[in-house]
Amino acid sequence: MSSTAGLFGTYGGRYVPETLVPALDELEAGWRDAQNDPAFHEELDALGRTFAGRPTPLTRAERFEPNKRLYLKREDLLHTGAHKLNNALGQAVLARRLGKRRIVAETGAGQHGVATATVCARFGFECVVYMGEEDIRRQRPNVERMHLLGAEVQPVELGTRTLKEATSEAIRDWITNVETTHYLIGSCVGPAPYPELVRELQAVIGREARAQFLEAEGRLPEVVIACVGGGSNAIGIFSAFVADPDVRLVGVEAAGAASLGTGRAAVLHGARSSVLADGDGQVTDAHSISAGLDYPGVGPEHAWLRDSGRADYVGATDEEALAAFRELTRLEGIIPALEPSHALARVRELDEEQVLLCLSGRGDKDLAEVLAH
Amino acid sequence: MKKLVIYLMSGHATPELAAAAVEGGADLVELGFPFSDPLADGPVIRRAAERALADGMRTRACLECLARTRELAPDTPLVPMTYAALLEAYGWDRFAAAAGGAGATSLIVADLPAGERPELRRVQLVAPTSTDERLRLAAEQTDGWLYLVTLTGTTGARNDLSPALAGLVERARAVTPVPLYAGFGISTPAHAHAAAQLADGVVVGSRAVEVAEGGPDALRAYVASLRQAIDAT
Ligand SMILES: Cc1ncc(COP(=O)(O)O)c(C=O)c1O
Repeated sequence: MSSTAGLFGTYGGRYVPETLVPALDELEAGWRDAQNDPAFHEELDALGRTFAGRPTPLTRAERFEPNKRLYLKREDLLHTGAHKLNNALGQAVLARRLGKRRIVAETGAGQHGVATATVCARFGFECVVYMGEEDIRRQRPNVERMHLLGAEVQPVELGTRTLKEATSEAIRDWITNVETTHYLIGSCVGPAPYPELVRELQAVIGREARAQFLEAEGRLPEVVIACVGGGSNAIGIFSAFVADPDVRLVGVEAAGAASLGTGRAAVLHGARSSVLADGDGQVTDAHSISAGLDYPGVGPEHAWLRDSGRADYVGATDEEALAAFRELTRLEGIIPALEPSHALARVRELDEEQVLLCLSGRGDKDLAEVLAH
Repeated sequence: MKKLVIYLMSGHATPELAAAAVEGGADLVELGFPFSDPLADGPVIRRAAERALADGMRTRACLECLARTRELAPDTPLVPMTYAALLEAYGWDRFAAAAGGAGATSLIVADLPAGERPELRRVQLVAPTSTDERLRLAAEQTDGWLYLVTLTGTTGARNDLSPALAGLVERARAVTPVPLYAGFGISTPAHAHAAAQLADGVVVGSRAVEVAEGGPDALRAYVASLRQAIDAT
């Protein structure tokens, strides 16, 4: 593996202990193989249709935003309730091709943990999910779902007790059990080839949404907007529009976890990206009401899209997200997850009229947190 | 003679501890520069890193610790062991120059595998999972000796010496004449003795960090017990 592979501009790379390098090489080779194998794509398409509920619909949100033509890409209607399943299914098929039958994953909101536990049940894999104690507290229903699905949920008591520490622990487990285990990372972060692999598995969101928007409006959207935690739902929907120069791309981060807005170039979890870190490279804490956005890092491709000016990144506060959550629920009959509520909060002030928004997940998991505020 | 390497976390007491380790028979001292998210480390070194950071052991303070250690242990090779994040923040070349200026004889970057940034001279690590091709690459690029990670896992004491070490030594010998030092999971004189039968040097980390909490005398005695076990080869 050369030192320039897996780079997005100067971001990305493979900053991992040597123990993992052969596994990443193997994953990369397996991934290239799968991409060139029509049977892989057919299997994924079939799983999407018959198991996951693809294609997901596009819904006009006229009462939420009467002054625009706002369309929601309904990943909340995907099986397990969020876009995370697209990636989990793809990586499960890949893991089976690689002969790995034990899966480790990290989770913040619990949506990726549930998606991973679901595909492990479906494929008969052993499943261990690392989750910070703070997130176990605030996303209780998802912990119970993982247990029912047969996954082992490993509480992480270190440091911030959130997604950052859960990710570190999942990687340490992978280092220890690398010969038998696939690390099913939940976003477009981590060492190469993960950021690219996760983008390609989430690109189905953008492919469908592009065709659906064209059908509904007879044109492309002027702006595509999505929330950004690690950045996988955003990169999935952006990927279909990156080559359309007239389509503006907007990512919305949690104001207290704005890795792109206030971060700096640093190394975290195997990649160089934009990270909330101090001048010594020590990673600092993120804060968000939304467990899925409460992460001090972001996928390296987003850092590159920011630097190149192709995408804009803005923030939304906890309060703004909560207000948007309530409004969408009352005006459209759709209870969104807190993560995409951050994107909803920024829609009204957009200059553009034709808007495509990735509604990445549903809000059942967040009810306790919302009712407490 | 087989080499004994002792790892210590940077801290206010570390220069005196390093001197005690040298008196006890350490041939080389690794100085941990703590990182907030150390993927290669088990619980003991992780906790030590957290404490060090809480104590203000940022890069500049670690370099001062290194310089002071150099004064107290003038003839012992000193090797900072850290993570890529610190070099990225400080500047890769600038970090290497500053470490050298403070008395470092080489560097170890736990999450910078062979092939990445080949221009940075450092001790390369190899693991039981490394292919022969990667062993060769690491040996070509390494600075003086090759660090053999004895097991697939993070740092930390284990009950037994890893059974993977013998095979790794054999594969490494087949591709390179550079000295091979074995580390990760080695904590008792018995482990050190057994590892020294196979490799050219032995690295002790987590257990040394724990013993060092008891002060220089405890560390000196512990290192002497390792030294004795290794020399009994
Ligand atoms: C519904 C939902 N949206 C978004 C995210 C954030 O992840 P990403 O930025 O990778 O899409 C999560 C993460 O848990 C989520 O559950």
